[in-house]
Amino acid sequence: MLNILAQTGAGEMLEGLKAIGAGLGYGLAAIGPGIGIGTVVGNAISSMARQPESAGMVRTTMFLGIAFTEALALIGFVVFILLLP
Amino acid sequence: MNVFALEFPPVSHLFEWPDIIFSGSLFAVNKTVLIYLAAVLITSAIFLTAGRQRGSLVPVGVQHVAESGVTFVEESVVMETMGPEGKKYLPFLTTMFFFILFSNIFEVVPGIQFPANSRMAVPITLALVVWVIYNFVGVRSQGFFGYLKNSLFPPGVPKALYLIVTPIELVSTFVVRPFSLAIRLWANMVAGHLLLVTFAILTHTLWNNGYVGAAAPFAMLVLMTGFEILVSVLQAFIFTILTAVYIGGSMHAEH
Repeated sequence: MLNILAQTGAGEMLEGLKAIGAGLGYGLAAIGPGIGIGTVVGNAISSMARQPESAGMVRTTMFLGIAFTEALALIGFVVFILLLP
Repeated sequence: MNVFALEFPPVSHLFEWPDIIFSGSLFAVNKTVLIYLAAVLITSAIFLTAGRQRGSLVPVGVQHVAESGVTFVEESVVMETMGPEGKKYLPFLTTMFFFILFSNIFEVVPGIQFPANSRMAVPITLALVVWVIYNFVGVRSQGFFGYLKNSLFPPGVPKALYLIVTPIELVSTFVVRPFSLAIRLWANMVAGHLLLVTFAILTHTLWNNGYVGAAAPFAMLVLMTGFEILVSVLQAFIFTILTAVYIGGSMHAEH
């Protein structure tokens, strides 16, 4: 392993580290929004089931909540694209 | 890049199209521009045709599309977020919804298959238009200092917390909002296009190598195409509803 590492040039190491960073960055950025969207949609569904007549209003608010939560994951995705070697 | 020993084109090849005409000048036309022109033409054609016809009691054809679109935006965007006084923004919101929808939906139209909104220029322009409108509405209905006071010093917050709240509100209302609006649309379209391209390349390579395995990524491709239709409509809807929320928020002072 160390022999292989010693033979690779500095530039190649940099490329590889960039790729690892990009992948890890997107993965980490997706954890929080994933949990958040789950919470938003789960609560929206349970309130729709309790009160079907308010489903329209709940759905609109749910999409708003999803949009705000999702923004964080999308920023992670943008960083992933920017870091891609 | 090399994924699964397949030759995957660099990301820039998937999104940057060569100029077709007027190359190099400010008015260079490429595939993205043509898709936007088509979206403008389709949107105008639908509403101009529907508006010029003598309205029949039972709407058919184009009139039906236009009327149900207007009703949809009115009921689930304007009434839910701004109430009856937001109805004067209905034409703007409806036009924007249909323009974004048509430029997104070209993502799944066979032979074209490129979502025009996966280039940043038009989403950021639309977001800046929205930024100008909601600030203008806020200044007009609350006065310049009233609007600043209501958006920077939200009522009901303990005095000491304004040290933290005011800078956050300043950045999030006046700087981050247009960017997050544009990035949400753009990144969703980029992600969708990359997803479709990945499965299409996988299918193509496996098919060329004579594997029966091509069926699996192809099924995924069909599934994802359906999903992307949903995403296209949803992103147009979310862009419109966030615009309505921002305009509605600056129309009234928070209590």
